[in-house]
Amino acid sequence: MFPVEKIREDFPILSREVNGHPLVYLDNAATSQKPKVVIDSIVDYYSNYNANIHRGVHSLSQEATDAYEQARKTIQNHFHIKESKEVIFTAGTTHGINIVASGFSALLNPHDEIIVSALEHHSNIVPWQMLCERTGAVLKVIPMNEQGVLLMDVYEQLLSEKTKLVFVNHISNALGIINPISEIIDKAHKAGAAVLIDGAQSCSHIQPDLQELDVDFYVTSAHKMCGPTGVGMLYGKLEWLEKLPPYQGGGEMIKEVSFEKTTYADLPHKFEAGTPNISGGIAFGTAINYLHSVGFDKIAAYEKELLDYATEELLKIEELKIYGTGAEKTSVISFNIGTIHPYDIGTIVDKLGIAVRTGHHCAQPIMDYFKIPGTVRASFSFYNTMEEVDKLVSALKRAQLMLS
Amino acid sequence: MNKNNMTITNVQEELIDEFSLFDDWMDKYEHLIELGKSLPLIDEDKKTDDKLIKGCQSKVWLQSELNNGKIVFTADSDAIITKGIVAVLIRVFSNQTPETIVNADTGFIDEIGLKEHLSPTRANGLVSMIKQMKLYAVAYQAAQK
Repeated sequence: MFPVEKIREDFPILSREVNGHPLVYLDNAATSQKPKVVIDSIVDYYSNYNANIHRGVHSLSQEATDAYEQARKTIQNHFHIKESKEVIFTAGTTHGINIVASGFSALLNPHDEIIVSALEHHSNIVPWQMLCERTGAVLKVIPMNEQGVLLMDVYEQLLSEKTKLVFVNHISNALGIINPISEIIDKAHKAGAAVLIDGAQSCSHIQPDLQELDVDFYVTSAHKMCGPTGVGMLYGKLEWLEKLPPYQGGGEMIKEVSFEKTTYADLPHKFEAGTPNISGGIAFGTAINYLHSVGFDKIAAYEKELLDYATEELLKIEELKIYGTGAEKTSVISFNIGTIHPYDIGTIVDKLGIAVRTGHHCAQPIMDYFKIPGTVRASFSFYNTMEEVDKLVSALKRAQLMLS
Repeated sequence: MNKNNMTITNVQEELIDEFSLFDDWMDKYEHLIELGKSLPLIDEDKKTDDKLIKGCQSKVWLQSELNNGKIVFTADSDAIITKGIVAVLIRVFSNQTPETIVNADTGFIDEIGLKEHLSPTRANGLVSMIKQMKLYAVAYQAAQK
C-alpha cells in the first residue's frame, strides 16, 4: 500500500489549518507543495555556501558551482538527456518557451507555419502569436473533440513542408488530458518540422525519456515538481541550441567581449545570461531526488487510484459535469455543477479549508469551446488522501445546497 | 427613515448591524446569496460591453443614471456571491449625491467580514466596480458644475 500518511509528514504545510479546517490542498496543477528536504536545501545553500558561481576562484564559489552543476546532472539523468549542456536552466516554463520563440524569429520566413493545439495554456499561445506578428509566419491550431482529445487526422492535414514548428503541451493544464506526444513528434519530423513540448503539467506525474521521444525542445518548471518557484528547464537538442541565437545578453553568456565584437559562450551558458537562481537550481535537483525516493511508478499508480475514486465520487453529485473525459488523463478533474458559477463554488469550499482552482485556468480558448465561463478544477498529488476526496465531495454538496 | 434620505453612513451602519447577527460564515454567506438573488436583474440585452467590468473570475455589469441630483446604480454579476456583494455596494452607493460617492470609503466591507472579496487578487470585478462607481460620480460632479 502507498504510504501516504508517512509521505504527508515530509510536507510541513500539510499540517496547517485554513479557515479553521485542516488544509485540503487540491490545486497541485497550479503549484505543488514542497517537502522539507527541498526547503532545507535552500536554507542550507544560503546558510553555508552562498556564492556566485562559475567565475570565482575561491572555495565557496567552487562549492556553489559544484552543487549547481550537480543539479544540472540530476536533471539530465532524470529526463534521460544525452549531454548536460543540453540542459538550460530557466526561470520556468514560460521563460523556456520564450527562449525558443525568440530564437525562431531569426529562422522563420513569411508564410512559414507554426502549429499549436487547442488545449494550450495562454503561455503557449501568446509567445507564438507574437512570433508570427514579427515574422509573418502563420499560426494553425489542432482542434479537439468533446472529450478534450486532439483530432490527430486534422493534425496530419495541417502538416506540410511549410510547417516549421509544432508545440503542444504534454498534458493539458485545464483538463488533465495526456496528449499523444510521441505520435505528434514522429509526424512532425516526417514533415520536417521541429517540436517543442510543454511539460509543465506532466513532469510531476510522468518521467519522460527525452531521447526516446526524440523531441527537439522540452520545457518544464521546478515548482510543479515539488521544487521552488522561479526555476525551470529548457531541453534542446544540441544542433538546435547551437543554431538558435542567444535570448538575452549579459554576463555569463559571453566568451570574449570587445566593443567591436562579442563571441558567445558555449552551451549551456549561451542561454544563461546573468547570475542565475542558484539556490533554486540546487533545490530543483533536490526535488527530483525526492520524487525518485518516493518512486515515479508508485506515484503514478497511486494518483490513478485517487483519480478513479474522485471521478466516481464526484459523478455521484447531481448535475456535476466533468470536462476532459478522454481515457488518457492525469489526476486533474475539471468540472461544473449545474449552472452554478465556479467562483461561487470555489469561495464556499475555501471556507471549508479546501483549495481548488476556479476560472478559465489561463486556457480561455478551451472554455470558449465548451461555452462556459470557467470550471472548478481539483488536481490531486501523491500526498492527497482518499479522505480528502470525501471532504471535497461533502464540501461540494454543501456548496450546491447553498447556491442552488 | 425614508430609505432615499438615509445618509451613506446610516446605510453602512445598518449593513454592519445586519451582518453582525450572523455568528458563522455559512449564515453570512447565505444572507449574501439571498441579497444577490433579490437584486433586480439587468435585462440581458442591456448587458452590453460598455457596461461590463471583466474580472478574471466573474463578470460585473454596472449602469448609472442621475435622478434629482443623486446617482442611481443598477448592477448584475454572473456569480451569485459576487452579486451579493454587488447588492451590498449598490445599497451603500446608490441614491447618493456624486460628492458623497466620491468621498465615501469602503471600510464597512471589512467590518462586515467580506474584505477578502475586495482583494485585487480575487479578480472578481468588484474592485473595478467600486472604481467605476467613483468615476461615474466624478463625471456627474464635473457635469453639474
